[in-house]
Amino acid sequence: MKVTVKLFAFLRKERFKASVIDYPEGTTVLQVLDALSITANERNIGIIFVNGHHALLESRLQDGDVLAIFPPVAGG
Amino acid sequence: MEVNKEVVNLLIEDSDDSGWLPIKRARELAIINAIPLPELEALAMQRGIIPLRYQRNIGTITSTEQQVLANASVAVIGCGGLGGNVLEQLTRLGVGNIIVWDFDVFEEHNLNRQLLSSIDSIGQDKIKIAKERAASLNPAVRFQAIAGKFNQEQGRAVLGGCQVVVDALDNIPDRLQLSALCRELKVPLVHGAVEGWMGQLTTQFPEDRTIEAIYARPQNTTENRTISTPSFTPALVASLQVAEVIKVLLGRGETLRKKIMLVNLLDMDIDTIGIIEQGIGR
Repeated sequence: MKVTVKLFAFLRKERFKASVIDYPEGTTVLQVLDALSITANERNIGIIFVNGHHALLESRLQDGDVLAIFPPVAGG
Repeated sequence: MEVNKEVVNLLIEDSDDSGWLPIKRARELAIINAIPLPELEALAMQRGIIPLRYQRNIGTITSTEQQVLANASVAVIGCGGLGGNVLEQLTRLGVGNIIVWDFDVFEEHNLNRQLLSSIDSIGQDKIKIAKERAASLNPAVRFQAIAGKFNQEQGRAVLGGCQVVVDALDNIPDRLQLSALCRELKVPLVHGAVEGWMGQLTTQFPEDRTIEAIYARPQNTTENRTISTPSFTPALVASLQVAEVIKVLLGRGETLRKKIMLVNLLDMDIDTIGIIEQGIGR
């Protein structure tokens, strides 16, 4: 299945802005993060949206999904 | 106090036939008629005479909208990098009633980005400096300063009368509290946040749960660490927030409702993504 992965802020560093990636059926968000070598520390942050909906690490992806991951910004 | 409005009218109309009322003349008229400056200017605007300092607002907004701003109440929660810039712009735009809430004093490490900070203001209350700044830019602004940490109980007492609240806080727990309170009080909330080269903003209406969606996962990244922020990120995000505030007040244009704008100034990327707050999409 093909999933569009969009990364924001420092998660793009040495990765990409957006990429369509082929994953096995039933892949979870967590498995995508693992495949992208997004570390536990980076992951800790995680604001995760699938097709605009807030999603969980355990959420299973489907063909055609758009997964957006960005770190929380909280300073003022 | 009984005000002779006819006298006020005559004096205003007599003051300048250009349609603009200079501040010097407005102050004289306020004294002559023994009424507060904001009221004097409100009377003038009702007659299509606009304070001269708003001249270059007109066109971007109408003179009727300028009156709407003069009657509006906006609260700015937090008076740091975002809040100082937001206050500056709201004041110059002519938002007539502004609440600023902050607990802190200026410190030397604020100088790189916080508009209201200066060498001389180190150690002074942020809200005190904010009040002085607002008065120096726009003496018609009714300014209410609230000292202390943001909390819901006090917020419930003071924010209900606002048309918009601006989130210029610096941490997630307070933001979640403010979001819940604004929902309860049915006040739109314009959220902004910055760190380093990155910024984000959204506008949450009382029916929405956007802030909760953004900060849904347990977060601890801002605790126990020093975050860096340069001058340009808060200035930019504050400007974007003010544009949202004005549109909400005037009911005009497109806002970032149910969308988050992510600003990345290192790579010069600005992305806006739609947010559906509830469920996980399936």
